[in-house]
Amino acid sequence: MTLIDLANPTRFLALTARVLPWLAAATVILLTIGLYQAAYAPDDYQQGATVKIMFIHVPNAWLSMFVWGVMSIASLGTLVWRHPLADVAAKAAAPIGAAFTFLALLTGSLWGRPMWGTYWEWDARLTSVLILFLMYLGLMALWRAVDDPSRAARAAAVLTLVGALNLPIIKFSVDWWNTLHQPASVMRMGGSALDKSFLVPLLVMAIAFTLLFVTLHLAAMRNEILRRRVRSLQMMQASRVAFSSELGAGSRQENASKGAA
Amino acid sequence: MTALSALVRRDVRIALRVGGGALIGVLFFLTVVVLMPFAIGPDLALLSRLGPAILWLGALLASLLTLDRLFMADHEDGSLDLITMSRTPLELACAAKALAHWLAAGLPLIVATPVLGLLLNLDMVATAAVALTLLAGTPALTFTGMIGAALAVTLHRGGLLMAVLVLPLSIPVLIFGVAASQAVIVGPMTFGAPFSILCALSLVSLVIGPFAAAASLRHGLD
Repeated sequence: MTLIDLANPTRFLALTARVLPWLAAATVILLTIGLYQAAYAPDDYQQGATVKIMFIHVPNAWLSMFVWGVMSIASLGTLVWRHPLADVAAKAAAPIGAAFTFLALLTGSLWGRPMWGTYWEWDARLTSVLILFLMYLGLMALWRAVDDPSRAARAAAVLTLVGALNLPIIKFSVDWWNTLHQPASVMRMGGSALDKSFLVPLLVMAIAFTLLFVTLHLAAMRNEILRRRVRSLQMMQASRVAFSSELGAGSRQENASKGAA
Repeated sequence: MTALSALVRRDVRIALRVGGGALIGVLFFLTVVVLMPFAIGPDLALLSRLGPAILWLGALLASLLTLDRLFMADHEDGSLDLITMSRTPLELACAAKALAHWLAAGLPLIVATPVLGLLLNLDMVATAAVALTLLAGTPALTFTGMIGAALAVTLHRGGLLMAVLVLPLSIPVLIFGVAASQAVIVGPMTFGAPFSILCALSLVSLVIGPFAAAASLRHGLD
């Protein structure tokens, strides 16, 4: 089973129909475990109970960048290999990524209020994530603005790849500019700075959120394929109706001219 | 090479003649800057503090609005098809068109900056700093905006959608342009660091813009 076998939408639908229930079940189980562990994680000596926001905030923030990465790979698939499902994947991922980005911003600002004393601060990472959110919304607007999906797909692919330049800026913004947001502490040289009692639930939550994304993404791709089928069926029907009414009008005219004669 | 220089000369000539509309950008720039004192009040101290930001925003909007038609006119009269089919690489042709646009629409903005700086109560050094940052930064605006112009022509749709798509990409240019000019006026940062990043942004967009625009033209035109 390679990627090119999935170019057939029917085969893709059949495969995902089998895989999706398992993915959904795994997501629910991991989310339950992660939330349970997060709830029973010890309070931070400085931050108290608010540290638990981290278990929601950090996976959302990771996913907001991961989804753009997935969309960039799908865009390469559209432009380079012309894979028929690549633009479906890119289109389906955009709203999900926008939702993750929005949740990252929301939980971050809720966390920032007790910790930094402000809901919003124009610091480098917050600003660049906000730009990422705006770019998600712009991309969704682009998909909605053009009615021909394949034409929209190529424009969106170019834009996605240009926007991918923002990802390294977000990732390294906290290292380049020494600002309010703390620098990376989980993935860094010389091991994680996080205690094990925080790190384990965080990683479980990260895997659970990734699975959640994969589940939602596959379901959204299925919806998009079915939506396109409905659209082409409707267009076929519309053209058939137009064609038959044209015929009907023609025969009526013929009858009228016969009557006159 | 001659083909590219001919393209640049042709585009500049078209932009400067009747119906070209390059100089409307300067007029728009002037109008935006003149509107600002009406919005925030004629407080000269406040205006001189906000001056670089106002000038940068005006230049950003002016270059964005004139970019909308970078490829559109050529698409309407068919010369864009000739450019895409010619032996010159499309990337270089796109770069030449953007260069011509910058010469016709970007440079006049920089020339107009000293006059507008006078209106905003900026002193000589501050005006020079803003003009210098605009000189270094407007190429980045033109070359990233070109991607939006190429998308606009392939989608038959310009205006607000393109502004929404291109403006987020120009935020870094705005940040470092204003930071460099503010560094001269209020300090305490040095002028060099943000100015070097601004130049770097221009150079990066010089490389990426033509490729992205050419890709979108090549895949989108049919």
